[in-house]
Amino acid sequence: MKKILILCVVLIIMMVPVGCQQMADPEVEYSDGDEGPVDNGEIKEVPGPEPEYADTIVLATTTSTYDSGLLNEIIPVFESRHGIEVDILSMGTGQAIEVGKRGDCDIILVHARDLEDKFVEEGYGTERRDVMYNDFVFLGPAGDPAEIKGSADLEEALQVMVEHMESAGVVFTSRGDNSGTHVKEESLWSYANVEAEEQEWYTSLGQGMGDTLITTNEMAGYTLTDRGTFLSMMDNLPNLEIVFEGDELLANPYGIIPVNPAKHPGVNYEEAMLLVDFFISEEAQEMIGEFGKDTFGQPLFFPDA
Amino acid sequence: MEAVNALKLLLTFDPYVYNIIGVSLQVSGIALLFSTLIGIPVGATLGLTHFRGKPFVTALLYTGMGFPPVVIGLFVFLLFSSVGPLGNLGWLFTTRAMITAQTIIAFPMVSGFTMAAVLSVDKNLMKQLQALGATRFQASWAAIKEARIGVLVAIIAGFGGIISEVGAVMLVGGNIAGKTRVLTTAIVLETRQGNFGVAIAFGIILLAITFIANLTMITLQKKHLFATE
Repeated sequence: MKKILILCVVLIIMMVPVGCQQMADPEVEYSDGDEGPVDNGEIKEVPGPEPEYADTIVLATTTSTYDSGLLNEIIPVFESRHGIEVDILSMGTGQAIEVGKRGDCDIILVHARDLEDKFVEEGYGTERRDVMYNDFVFLGPAGDPAEIKGSADLEEALQVMVEHMESAGVVFTSRGDNSGTHVKEESLWSYANVEAEEQEWYTSLGQGMGDTLITTNEMAGYTLTDRGTFLSMMDNLPNLEIVFEGDELLANPYGIIPVNPAKHPGVNYEEAMLLVDFFISEEAQEMIGEFGKDTFGQPLFFPDA
Repeated sequence: MEAVNALKLLLTFDPYVYNIIGVSLQVSGIALLFSTLIGIPVGATLGLTHFRGKPFVTALLYTGMGFPPVVIGLFVFLLFSSVGPLGNLGWLFTTRAMITAQTIIAFPMVSGFTMAAVLSVDKNLMKQLQALGATRFQASWAAIKEARIGVLVAIIAGFGGIISEVGAVMLVGGNIAGKTRVLTTAIVLETRQGNFGVAIAFGIILLAITFIANLTMITLQKKHLFATE
């Protein structure tokens, strides 16, 4: 038993040095703004005129903004300017909105217009602002066995797809996770008046955009994706190409909404508003428009504020 | 080959990688410590005492071993969510929530295996010890000592279960870069982005850490494990 005690001690010694410095952090970072100046060496060094700011806000956003690398470019600029750290939660739009409804984040950046409007209407968010947009594109395997290419409009493309999928022996993979992309996909099926969800070839994955693209690539199937995620992952998706694009119904606007302090008094509303102001500022808008040009030859998102 | 290059990249003293390794060890290490401190006494007590409803409690414990971690994660999420019962602690999306979740995940494993180990100790030993004047506590202690190899396996199983767990820590930690990102959630993120090489490299690091941890624990018990009595 002594050995087990020694074991425990060794484990503690192994873990605690890392633990101490990091365990101390959350307490400070998650203190509310209304507690006054935080007694923290870092904060004191910033001689800002508004010492009442909390030093961390939580942004719940979609995988497309984070996984593409966009936020890693923009957020650090905001952080160093205002001395406010931004913790980014990268999840599906459905989950991000739910986290916002519960008051577990201070601000959301998502893309599902109907859900966003509902979020504000129900009083969970204060005001929605346009940040940027890109568009959705339909991807398919090389050779386009369902013969969607060349369709005159979106309605035709979807109807052609539904007709040919079974005979071509290919699948359509859906996010199936109530994300912005999934919600969009559902609205497109109902727009074209086709019952895709009940078909044999319809595959509901329940996964994020990246996972869905990887799965679709392996299955050599069709899917709907935002252009940004596709471009950022294109090197890993040799079997897929764009088979339909450009319809105005495929627009994909991203909105930013601070969580309503009247609903959740604990949220850092003022700091969240600073982030909103930053996102719609000329500087950030320009960064959004430039992002991806050097790597992918074209921007992943277009400024929209 | 992709993975080998990625592994080289990851091990070139990248602070991002070391932070992820550090958070992983911190969260799972502290969670293991808590679940060991609670789990061994509970397991030993269950193994050494008889009471009404013991089969029920035992079945409950074994069910806990098979409980999907993500469900425990959801439970902890709701507990620490700002509108949840412990929301005012502000623990959600911090390592504290992750430690809580992993402690709950490891506890049934540690206590369950400890109970099994203690049960396998010769019943006569306890009787003899008590006949020789040992107190109940002393006799229990002797039983745990006798079952130490099984108890060690209990700890190892608990550690393996939580260091490799992804669903719960993703949900309650939020996979925040530099704060709550651990090896498993980093693997999910890299996979999602199609960076399979980096994902595999993280997986290799995870396996290496688990191996070293187990080797350390076994080495400390070497004399007893491999002794020819």
